[in-house]
Amino acid sequence: MQRMINMAPGRSLNLMLALLPFALLLLLYIVASDARLAENANDKLLPSFAQMGDAVQRMAFEPSKRTGEYLLWVDTASSLTRLGLGVLIAAVLGLLIGMLTGALPMIGAGVSPLLTVISLVPPLALLPVLFIVFGLGELSKVVLIAVGITPFIARDIQRRTEEIPAEQLVKAQTLGANTMQILIRVVLPQLLPKLIDAVRLSLGAGWLFLIAAEAIASTDGLGYRIFLVRRYLSMDVILPYVAWITLLAFLLDIALAWLSRRLFPWNTQGGR
Amino acid sequence: MPPMIQAKNLWKTYGENVVLEGLNVTVEEGEFITMVGTSGCGKSTFLNMLLGTQSCSKGELLLDGQPIPAEPGPDRGIVFQQYSVFPHMTVLENVMAAKAFARKGLTGYLFGSARREAKEEATAILNQVGLSHALNKYPHELSGGMKQRLAIAQALLGKPRILLLDEPFGALDPGIRADMHELVLNLWREHKLTVFMVTHDLKEGFYLGTRLWVFDKLRQDPQAPGAYGASITYDLAVGQMGKKIYEEIDDNLRPVVEVV
Ligand SMILES: Nc1ncnc2c1ncn2[C@@H]1O[C@H](COP(=O)(O)OP(=O)(O)O)[C@@H](O)[C@H]1O
Ligand SMILES: [Mg+2]
Repeated sequence: MQRMINMAPGRSLNLMLALLPFALLLLLYIVASDARLAENANDKLLPSFAQMGDAVQRMAFEPSKRTGEYLLWVDTASSLTRLGLGVLIAAVLGLLIGMLTGALPMIGAGVSPLLTVISLVPPLALLPVLFIVFGLGELSKVVLIAVGITPFIARDIQRRTEEIPAEQLVKAQTLGANTMQILIRVVLPQLLPKLIDAVRLSLGAGWLFLIAAEAIASTDGLGYRIFLVRRYLSMDVILPYVAWITLLAFLLDIALAWLSRRLFPWNTQGGR
Repeated sequence: MPPMIQAKNLWKTYGENVVLEGLNVTVEEGEFITMVGTSGCGKSTFLNMLLGTQSCSKGELLLDGQPIPAEPGPDRGIVFQQYSVFPHMTVLENVMAAKAFARKGLTGYLFGSARREAKEEATAILNQVGLSHALNKYPHELSGGMKQRLAIAQALLGKPRILLLDEPFGALDPGIRADMHELVLNLWREHKLTVFMVTHDLKEGFYLGTRLWVFDKLRQDPQAPGAYGASITYDLAVGQMGKKIYEEIDDNLRPVVEVV
């Protein structure tokens, strides 16, 4: 008998093993939903797939009676815009702060301790402050996402900068490079794939801050919608929305991984 | 005229740990110096002082009669055992970067005619080191020997007067090393370089350059290994040395190596 530690599934078995938990969960849901609906046809907790299909049809393909908009797409566009802006700002700031503190000891000495302290502040606790300062509009939501993930990206990039072998920096200097040239041609290009990695890791937190901000003060967005329909216990809307958000997050992640492999073929351990 | 390199009673200590003590040597332009010694005896430290990344604790290290600048500069090229090339640039870009860094400017990128010229020069030197078939490859696609060829080409295009090599072939197969020796000797003659090369291979040190330095401790205190530093115990012109002295040095280096 082979040791468990040496047993690996083949290609098709691997696929089957991967799909099995999904199939089981689905089956479990259908059975439980059927059982509850058989007892009480108006039960809202575990809607059938037909009910959810109706809800999706209503939200995505029929204009809203109140506003005439196709709500799912409007919500998706607003949420992705907020998330994209927030993450973009965080990526640019994080890259700059991380690179400069990591590469220039004089700046690192002044900024690193502050960065450490800031990264310990729970961003959601700052949300009221953001609402007071920036109002209840788009800006405060974008700022929350940016504030929430910039410290993580900055610290990650700082560490990545410090990991660049000193030999490379010395080599560039022996070729006559000045500080600016070293930053732009040696350090920055090597940080870009690391930045994509850091963004991928922080997207989960980005979604969290987005949905939290939308739940508290908004008039559209995926997070706004699920918190709105919660009042009517509309699980038939909430569950498809959650699945949709999950799908979006998944697609964003693989798109970034693909982009990283595409743009940085020299980065041998990246883009997975 | 002062000698090119002059060490006057040079000491290097790290806290209590004496690494080098009382070095006195002069080196003239055009010499090819190989340095051997047990691991950890301060060869890299000496090379780093020439490079400008480390400073001496006592004494003086002079270049053309002036103290060596405290920063690396284009007059002193370097090839490390690894991490010498930029992983995000192709072979050609790696060497062209040497031309770009030699110019003033903020970005380190070349445009227009400067770029064309750099490309021509880079291609020529890559041809010379035998990398003309790999111009568009990235370093991770190269073998160890090819990487070191690239690092040497890159260093040379910086037009240094002094070339520092820190165990450049230490990670290569013996078969490839012979080719690399020939390459370095040719480049040394053609570019009229002054070469300092650290090696852990005594044979390499004995036959490659014009002058051999053996770094060793003259005094030993078994109770406090850091109490005394190494200095240059043999300073020999290559070619005048017989088999006997080779074996003598070999004996001096070996036992310590086995203990480590
Ligand atoms: N930055 C440093 N700080 C403290 N000790 C160091 C440092 N660099 C080197 N040393 C010590 O100096 C000694 C010589 O090191 P090195 O010059 O690298 O030896 P090698 O001859 O093998 O190249 C070693 O004992 C090492 O521990
Ligand atoms: Mg060394």
